[in-house]
Amino acid sequence: MPDGPLFLERQSYRQRRLMDAVRLLPVLGLMLWMVPLAWPLAQSGGEGAQDPVPMSVALKYLFGVWGALVLTSWLLWRRTATVAAPADPADPHASD
Amino acid sequence: MVALNQLVLVCLAYVVFLFGVAFLAERAALRGRGGALLRSPIVYTLSLSIYCTAWTFYGAVGYAARSGLEYLTIYLGPSLVMIGWWWGLRRLVRIGRSQRVTSIADLISSRYGKSNVLAIAVTLMAVIGVTPYIALQLQSVVLSLSIFAAPEMGANQSESGFSAAKAAFWVAAGLAVFTVLFGTRNLNVNERHHGVVIAVAVEAVVKLVALLAVGIFVVWGLAGGMGQTLERIDAAEIGAWDVQGSRWVALTMLSAAAFLCLPRMFQVMVVENDDERHLQIASWAFPAYLMLMSLFVVPIAVVGLDILPAGSNPDLFVLSLPLSQNQNGLAMLSFLGGFSSATSMVIVATLALSTMVSNHIVMPVWLAVRQGGATQSGDVRSVVIRARRLSILFIISLGFFYYRASGGSGALAAIGTISFGGVAQFLPALMGGIFWRGATRLGALCGLGTGFALWFFTMLLPSFGVDAALSKEVFEQGLMGLSWLRPHALFGIEGLDPTVHAVVWSLALNTLVFLFVSIFTFPDPIERLQGAQFVNVLEHGAPTRGWTASVAGSEDLMIMSQRILGASEAQAFFRAEAKAQGLAGHLPEPTPTFVQGLERELAASVGAATAHAMVSQIVGGTSVSVQDLLAVADESAQMLEYSSQLELKSRELSETAAQLRAANEKLTQLSLQKDAFLSQISHELRTPMTSIRSFSEILRDAGAMEEADKTRYASIIHSETIRLTRLLDDLLDLSVLENGQVSLHLGQEPLYSVLDRALTTSLAGAERAMQVEITPGAENVVLNTDLDRLVQVFINLISNAQKYCHADIPKLIITPQITERGLSIDFVDNGEGIATDEHAVIFEKFYRVTGAQGDGAGLGLAICQEIMARLGGQIAYLKGRSGAAFRVSLPNAALDNSPRAKATVAS
Repeated sequence: MPDGPLFLERQSYRQRRLMDAVRLLPVLGLMLWMVPLAWPLAQSGGEGAQDPVPMSVALKYLFGVWGALVLTSWLLWRRTATVAAPADPADPHASD
Repeated sequence: MVALNQLVLVCLAYVVFLFGVAFLAERAALRGRGGALLRSPIVYTLSLSIYCTAWTFYGAVGYAARSGLEYLTIYLGPSLVMIGWWWGLRRLVRIGRSQRVTSIADLISSRYGKSNVLAIAVTLMAVIGVTPYIALQLQSVVLSLSIFAAPEMGANQSESGFSAAKAAFWVAAGLAVFTVLFGTRNLNVNERHHGVVIAVAVEAVVKLVALLAVGIFVVWGLAGGMGQTLERIDAAEIGAWDVQGSRWVALTMLSAAAFLCLPRMFQVMVVENDDERHLQIASWAFPAYLMLMSLFVVPIAVVGLDILPAGSNPDLFVLSLPLSQNQNGLAMLSFLGGFSSATSMVIVATLALSTMVSNHIVMPVWLAVRQGGATQSGDVRSVVIRARRLSILFIISLGFFYYRASGGSGALAAIGTISFGGVAQFLPALMGGIFWRGATRLGALCGLGTGFALWFFTMLLPSFGVDAALSKEVFEQGLMGLSWLRPHALFGIEGLDPTVHAVVWSLALNTLVFLFVSIFTFPDPIERLQGAQFVNVLEHGAPTRGWTASVAGSEDLMIMSQRILGASEAQAFFRAEAKAQGLAGHLPEPTPTFVQGLERELAASVGAATAHAMVSQIVGGTSVSVQDLLAVADESAQMLEYSSQLELKSRELSETAAQLRAANEKLTQLSLQKDAFLSQISHELRTPMTSIRSFSEILRDAGAMEEADKTRYASIIHSETIRLTRLLDDLLDLSVLENGQVSLHLGQEPLYSVLDRALTTSLAGAERAMQVEITPGAENVVLNTDLDRLVQVFINLISNAQKYCHADIPKLIITPQITERGLSIDFVDNGEGIATDEHAVIFEKFYRVTGAQGDGAGLGLAICQEIMARLGGQIAYLKGRSGAAFRVSLPNAALDNSPRAKATVAS
């Protein structure tokens, strides 16, 4: 950002990193929710195959991630609600 | 057991309640009250819940009972989109607000240069894509009704006198009435429908509460607590993770795409959005809602599979489980939840679609048919509203007929996925449009066409079953016998899951074609402007494209907007504008800003493309599209060039005229000079001639004459003849010099030797001696010029000094000097000099200094001047000296600068 100052005050710095967290949260969610791709399937049975992941574990994991995402998102909103509302000039996609 | 009549009564009561809520909300909005509630983020979040339709309410359990946890993908995708609001939704909502977008078709058409073709294409695709979805809602309501109708679960419905077709018809009719009543009440303010939104929010609460209640009943009432439920789940048929990875990814992506592209989602998320901050709150609140909605799906499915008799429709476990336990109240609540999900979806989807149909298909056609244009009489408002109502009826009946045609068959989830696949085709054009300025209209059209055709062929048509829409041969051999055109194995790639196959191929080729065509086509100017505005929407909201409405009368605009916005709204808008412009009256000046604002205002009612067309009808030919601007710029550039050429020409002409005038003056002068010259010359020739003639007559006529007299007369004649000859020689010399016919005979000689020659010639036989002094300095300079001519000049100057210097001891000082430009030689005598008024004329021909005696014809200095001009130098009279002073200057070129000459100088 050639226009702005090179270094920020502690408060603004913290706010910027929180906005970074807001941006990165969906990526984290996507990665966590794609973890089941690595789980063994029930059909691929046969001798030596791993036991499939029980439904209860899968449920706990997926909903756990869900809850964590909602909670994080809520916490981030509490901290950034005032910053994010106006257009952020630091938006990396703002210009072509 | 609940009687069917009782159920219908409760249903009606519920609908009346919804009507009441919607009506109160509308009234509160009209009066500007209740804003806090109407515009609260909670209502916004709850209205987003129309994503959860009857498909979610009933279908998710069925889906889970059939394929385990795969149902979750449908909710994970939208959750990710909401959590990632910063990337896409924020931009979308900002664009929707700044461009006053009315639907997804409007957004896409507006982005690609307000193209009506694109708007129509998107509208048609949306109608085709969403119709199965509406049919799905009808089907689910009818199914749930049939459960109550048949006391024995899954029994033949016709026995109890319950007709599915009739039920579907009445449900469809009821929905149509509700949508018409609340969806087309107002035609303004960004297509916001407060009544509908509030009703949807209420329904969102009802369906969540219903599903949670059933879930809690199942887990703690039937299964005996959380721990036991989990054990039961693990022991069930679907008790292990069994989801194909490709389907997991593809369906998550598909649901995320559909969440952005579904017309009804676009309606509540973008069009009905009041405040961008609500989006931020919904970013965590809506995923939480989705999580709660899907939390009890698996327990309900597992317990349903356990408890209910084999063969029960798992899509209806939510209803049949409480019924089987004789929990009639809970069953009723559950039914209302499902009913809510279905109705809210149908209402909003129909509303969104009807807006698109009326704005992008009916209105343009109507405008085109009515050639008179928007200023003619007739209320456009009523036309728009009528068009919208007809569209609503049309779309709902389309859904109804689809339901009848498909026979109410097929699992709910499958139909939903097909619908998702259809609308997801908008994604490349939508995302490309808001992130990439290079996206072009043709690219969007080609991409949409490709994706949609592929979806049609690989997803929609096969969904009717083998031998229904596509024959068995097509499935096995491919279209027209081409094996690479098999609907489930395009390009010969087999073994993929049909859904994954269709989604991957259609979206991939859609994106590819979109990008490819966009890169190789060039957008027209409006497209480029719109693209820049859409992509840079977060930087500034300033619009750029404008009208020059100097011709557009404000009155015409007023008449037109009254008919679209309504009289009082239009007047208020115009008055506000006039006030903003600082005018006293009701009509503002039609400035470009104003007309553009008005167009936006109209676009909020009838869509961007139609509003643009209407305003351009009034503003007429002066609607400045960028093409026009470019054309104007071209023309003015040409005119500028032309006028600058003209200017150049006229300058040339005036220069030529000045030159001609100067030449004319010169010619006149020359002619005068010639006359003077002729009279001078005849005078000069005449004087000696007269004396020659008289003396020769005396010699001839006088008989006797003294020898001395004879000699004297003859010598007079002789001297006069000599004088004549000299005069003629001089004249000849001058004429040769003036005509430039003289050829120079260059020679090299030191200056002192040249001066010597001149002095010898001129001083020889002088009557009285004159002292000549050469100032030493530069007399050794070697000259390289016509030496004879130079000597002639020197002789002339020296003899002039001799003739006219009347000092007692005449003295001439010759001073040669090397200057920057060459060599100058001053000839200064100690006489009286030449009077000031004569300085200018001494070089003229035949001029003789006043009081001069002697036989000179007055040509000497004129000849000197000519000679010096030929030699490249000059001769001038030096003012301010005591005596007559002349300076002869020679240029550097006339000096011999060769090394040999330098050596001579040095020696």
